[in-house]
Amino acid sequence: MDVLLDNLDLYGPFFWTTIKLFLISGVASLIFGTFLAGLRVSPVPVFRAVGATYVTLLRNTPLTLIFVFLVFAYPLLDILELSYFTAAVVSLTLYTSAFICEVVRSGINTVPVGQAEAARALGLTFTQILGQIVLPQAIRSVVPPLMSMLIALLKNTTIAAGFSVAEAGAIRQYLSERGDNQLIGLLWVALGFIILVAVLSLIQRALEKRWSVAR
Amino acid sequence: MKIRTLAAGLLVGALTLTACGKEGSPTDTGGAGGNNAAALPTYTVAQNVTVAGSPTFDRIKAAGKLTIGVKDDQPGLGLKNPTTGKFEGFDVEIAKMVAAGLGFDESKITFTTVDSAAREAAITNGNVDYYVGTYTITDKRKTQVSFAGPYFMAGQDLLVRADDKSITGPETLKGKKVCSVTGSTPIQRVRDQQLTEPQNIVEFQKYSQCVEKLGTKEVDAVTTDDAILKGFAAQEPDTLKVVGKTFSQEPYGIGLNHDDAALRAKIDDLLQAAIDNGTWQKIYDATLGKSGSSAQPPTIQRY
Repeated sequence: MDVLLDNLDLYGPFFWTTIKLFLISGVASLIFGTFLAGLRVSPVPVFRAVGATYVTLLRNTPLTLIFVFLVFAYPLLDILELSYFTAAVVSLTLYTSAFICEVVRSGINTVPVGQAEAARALGLTFTQILGQIVLPQAIRSVVPPLMSMLIALLKNTTIAAGFSVAEAGAIRQYLSERGDNQLIGLLWVALGFIILVAVLSLIQRALEKRWSVAR
Repeated sequence: MKIRTLAAGLLVGALTLTACGKEGSPTDTGGAGGNNAAALPTYTVAQNVTVAGSPTFDRIKAAGKLTIGVKDDQPGLGLKNPTTGKFEGFDVEIAKMVAAGLGFDESKITFTTVDSAAREAAITNGNVDYYVGTYTITDKRKTQVSFAGPYFMAGQDLLVRADDKSITGPETLKGKKVCSVTGSTPIQRVRDQQLTEPQNIVEFQKYSQCVEKLGTKEVDAVTTDDAILKGFAAQEPDTLKVVGKTFSQEPYGIGLNHDDAALRAKIDDLLQAAIDNGTWQKIYDATLGKSGSSAQPPTIQRY
């Protein structure tokens, strides 16, 4: 308990940064990932190719490498200066979107083809079919894997500690320098993550319950 | 080869004794074919060493070999030479000197890289027999491990670009981007004393990454102990400089198991002997001394 109380100045702000990183890149990944899924099922071959290439590239690159690129290589290009927090959000979003895309695409595959065909027969455009008929049903059927991706994202935020973003993953190094017991310190970090994941699990259960009647 | 090493070693020793060591050593290393190891002192391996009541020493003796924790990314202190795969630097030499005093020559030593955050665990779990790697002695750390030494007295300083005249000390850091290793004591000091604004604090995993950012002008100063910074400045003397106004005291100790007072006393004796007979100075001149700055041997604290 002492380790936690003596270092509340670390745990508080650092976990808050973790939450901010998670919320911003979570929302961005959901939007961008869904957009990518749209590309992958679009009738235009070029779009499909772009989507597939993106997913293949980003899903096969370790997240740390994406961070290294954005923090150490990208600034040399001198395009737009990113703060380290922004760089972390961009890295996490680029990476997680590739996985979200595949989850959403598997959801799209659960929607019977007949629905899309019927919608097309009614004269709806591709965007309308996707946005109003297919996606609402697709996302409902993939709530559990989608939440798993978000939980993975939450834990992946700890990588940002190595790239100048002071979040929960950096607590251990701070404790080490302060001479506090790191093992006990890490248990408190673990507890923090358990609480955050528990919240996500509750959201998942609520959404599943709410949407289970839809089909 | 051995004779040449010995001859060069004696030459450096002679130069140091005639008090022209600093001017002499760079040309001297050049003369020895650029072989840095040539300028280093050799250590006499002690025979029949006993350390009564030291569990660590009993373990070493039974195993017949030593495992020493070091750093591998700090030039001049503890650096793994990428071409030879060998560890070199001031800390590494101190580690070898102590090993020789305990009766183990270089061939019986295994060097293991242990990064800062894992030091206490590595020592407590017995993964390393002792640790020599810019390990500052603090009272709080003494509750988890024990320290022999100090074997070097460092102080927090600033590394800046050679053409930067705006940073002359800690009080001139306002508005400047300051970089150090994640969670390290120097960066915590910068934060606590508000030497610069929170958004200007940059933290990476390694000092080399900070130095890289200093080169690309994304940060304005790298802060940590002067010993570490001098090592980097010595690598690129044309582009980097150390400000040279230390604003803390960082006594480097050899990290040992918390309950091994016997070994601690033994290593304190070995360090004291090395300071008294000039070995310490030779080690310094052949490693960190290459940066051009001198250093005084520390006073051993026995506690």
